[in-house]
Amino acid sequence: MAQVARLADEDDFDGWRVAARTLASRRILPSDVLWQVGATPQDLFAATLTEVAAAAPQFAVPRSFVELARSAICHSDPERFSLLYSMLLRIRANSRALEDRADPLVQRLERMTKEVRRDIHKMHAFVRFRELEDEGGTRYVAWFEPEHHIVRASAGFFVRRFAGMRWSILTPELSIHWDGETLLEGPAATRADAPDRDPVEETWKTYYASIFNPARLKVKAMTKEMPKKYWKNMPETALVGELISGAQAREARMVETSQAKSATAQAETAKPSIGDNVRAAWEAVRQEAMGCTRCDLYKCGTQTVFGEGPVDAKIMFVGEQPGDQEDLAGKPFIGPAGQLLDRALGEAGVDRSQTYVTNAVKHFKFEQRGKRRIHSKPNGSEIDACRWWIEQERVLIRPPITVALGATAARSLFGKPVTISAMRGRAHTVSDGGEGWVTVHPSFLLRVRDNREEEYARFVDDLRVIGERAKALA
Amino acid sequence: MPRLDTRDKLAILADAAKYDASCASSGTAKRDSQSGKGIGSTEGMGICHAYAPDGRCISLLKILLTNSCIFDCHYCINRKSSNVRRARFTAEEIVQLTLSFYKRNYIEGLFLSSGIIRSSNYTMEQIVEVARSLREDHDFRGYIHLKTIPDADPELIHQAGLYADRISINVELPTETGLKRLAPEKNAARIEGAMREMKSEIVDREDGSKRFKSAPNFAPAGQSTQMIVGADSANDCDIVIRASGLYDRFALRRVYYSAFSPIPDASAVLPLQRPPLMREHRLYQSDWLMRFYGFKSADVIAATDGSGMLPLDIDPKLAWALKFREHFPVDVNRAPREMLLRVPGLGVKAVDRILKSRRWRRLRLDDIARLTASVTKVRPFIYAEGWRPTLLTDRADLRQRLKPKAEQLELFAPAA
Repeated sequence: MAQVARLADEDDFDGWRVAARTLASRRILPSDVLWQVGATPQDLFAATLTEVAAAAPQFAVPRSFVELARSAICHSDPERFSLLYSMLLRIRANSRALEDRADPLVQRLERMTKEVRRDIHKMHAFVRFRELEDEGGTRYVAWFEPEHHIVRASAGFFVRRFAGMRWSILTPELSIHWDGETLLEGPAATRADAPDRDPVEETWKTYYASIFNPARLKVKAMTKEMPKKYWKNMPETALVGELISGAQAREARMVETSQAKSATAQAETAKPSIGDNVRAAWEAVRQEAMGCTRCDLYKCGTQTVFGEGPVDAKIMFVGEQPGDQEDLAGKPFIGPAGQLLDRALGEAGVDRSQTYVTNAVKHFKFEQRGKRRIHSKPNGSEIDACRWWIEQERVLIRPPITVALGATAARSLFGKPVTISAMRGRAHTVSDGGEGWVTVHPSFLLRVRDNREEEYARFVDDLRVIGERAKALA
Repeated sequence: MPRLDTRDKLAILADAAKYDASCASSGTAKRDSQSGKGIGSTEGMGICHAYAPDGRCISLLKILLTNSCIFDCHYCINRKSSNVRRARFTAEEIVQLTLSFYKRNYIEGLFLSSGIIRSSNYTMEQIVEVARSLREDHDFRGYIHLKTIPDADPELIHQAGLYADRISINVELPTETGLKRLAPEKNAARIEGAMREMKSEIVDREDGSKRFKSAPNFAPAGQSTQMIVGADSANDCDIVIRASGLYDRFALRRVYYSAFSPIPDASAVLPLQRPPLMREHRLYQSDWLMRFYGFKSADVIAATDGSGMLPLDIDPKLAWALKFREHFPVDVNRAPREMLLRVPGLGVKAVDRILKSRRWRRLRLDDIARLTASVTKVRPFIYAEGWRPTLLTDRADLRQRLKPKAEQLELFAPAA
């Protein structure tokens, strides 16, 4: 026949313990027990357990089970009493049954304690007191709606922290009151019983809105830790919507103003004061690049070969990497390929001294063959490692036109491998602004065996078109 | 300039403080106010009282004493040459603000930093005065984190440590050249000198409290630091090496990373684009691997690609496992703890659960599935009872199969 076990409250651990002991000693199956809280009507066909409860015999269980049960009993799941009783019977048979963490019942109970712990933690975090003047002076009152039966289990924290204050926490299940010495329990409350405002809340909202960084929006991370079910009793959450919608706009505005400002700075390079600022920044970046160790190439090369030219240049040429002579001199494009570039620029009517010349990779990569250092092509990760410097140069100079000489430069400029023949001869958009043009590297003209004259003429043509485009843009 | 009220100042000085990532309030000595005197408590684990839409926890009232500054660090919104509105709190205003927030259960305590005004010593004195007043005049027992000023008198730093739970000083940038370029008035050697001094104070106190019960507590939650990621040329290898050096030499509790975020009125020397936030996340993950998973800095560096960067699409532990496949699969029923910790997808808690459960049964794949968040990631790297992943582990496209799926774009999305 079914047995009814009656508990005083939803979180009545002591009542459950006495009842469970009695039931276990009488070897009653979990399926034959009806657990009831408070004065709910009982099953007419069931015998009530209360009469025999007092004579319950003692038996020992591991402390870890007592802790688990004390916590799981606060869960809102109505099956919790029965599940814990099943677990108790198992533990009587095998005192270490709780250690088998892969067992479904152990896992279910573990999950329940975890949810209870989390709810307690969130209550400690999200209770918001409002100040109230009553006959005894100042009292701090909060309205809170926990998910599980945790109010008693949470109270200790508030007592330890706010022992010197008078406070009350009201919930739909019960209320607790602290008068500075003792903790009293009161009946269930409603939201209307709590004060509806507090003088400091506006200041707190000001803080919440100001400490938020609009440049890093992570709404999911917020709602994971502060689920919406708690929002209705937290004053600051009223701001969340407008903060999110304002954020993207705010960051865009920030970047825009700085960009506009560097554009004005660039337009006014004629005035020495502002031109000096970009020049000074470029000097500092160059100085830092001298000690660059972002990839292993610095170990063999003589020095970093940084870009060169006026910081207000309209055209930026990007080559592949410094060669033997550039590495020794520390200047870009001065070896055989550089001399060929100079000649071609002269024929195309472009003044090299008015352009900015740099390389995709800033260290010389080579193989030693006898006394000669033979050029060796930089690989993808070296190009990527060095892209940081090119980006810094581009941010400072903001050239309207950037010319990639050869495949390595084009890869660096567009961030992916591209085919020169397919892209040559017309303007492309570069992701950080301005036009990107692609042509061959002058060293290709030194290497090529067939149609060398034709290839050279085509290179000069490319440069001429680019020069005219630069004049048109200016 | 019109006079600012407390709320105006709070808006300015909280806004100015938000680039400091730390908001931790954990790991300090336990205290409460049950004796009836004072207010507040600390109980080991800190509490996050709210979360902002940037996903960061709000645990402390994090503000500056003032955002005026005589330094001109390029990455800083408060630098001398910046156009931001300036404000300054009095010590009393901060004390009252902290207490009224604390009494309403908004915060765990105070995190106070400041721009440098007049001199380093003058600024440090003001900071110490706030902490002194909270602790002595109001018997405040909540959490206090003070940022110390690099060149301040050691006696002032000592006092700060006596009142605060945690003290910190920012190394700011991972490389010395970066610091020289972006913060010309700061000096790496002096910053590290101050950290060394704080470490020895903390160690002295720990020794002292073993012998004398009355030995004063010095910064029981230790010291921490922060560096900015993406404002100079340092790659992830440089950053990891720097961080592990700081942990080893100065016994830091935490190194915080802050992805450089574009600031209003930025200096021309700075990159305008922010580095991906994911980069900061990957660095934190590598930090976790070193602190809780038994990874050495060399292991993390081995997980980087040719340019010294951690992959952004997969986490560093998975990157390591994919590079060193010879260590896998690991037998969940026999492997030692340190090898289980290397399995992608197994966290510290899951590993401990496996170690406990396997005394009772031979673990099968569905047992593992119950013990971890997701078994798909774990599967290729383990042997379990009745499970042999041999073919899966050697697949060349394992990275593609395990990396989180990119979000699919909606074909018929409503027009923006």
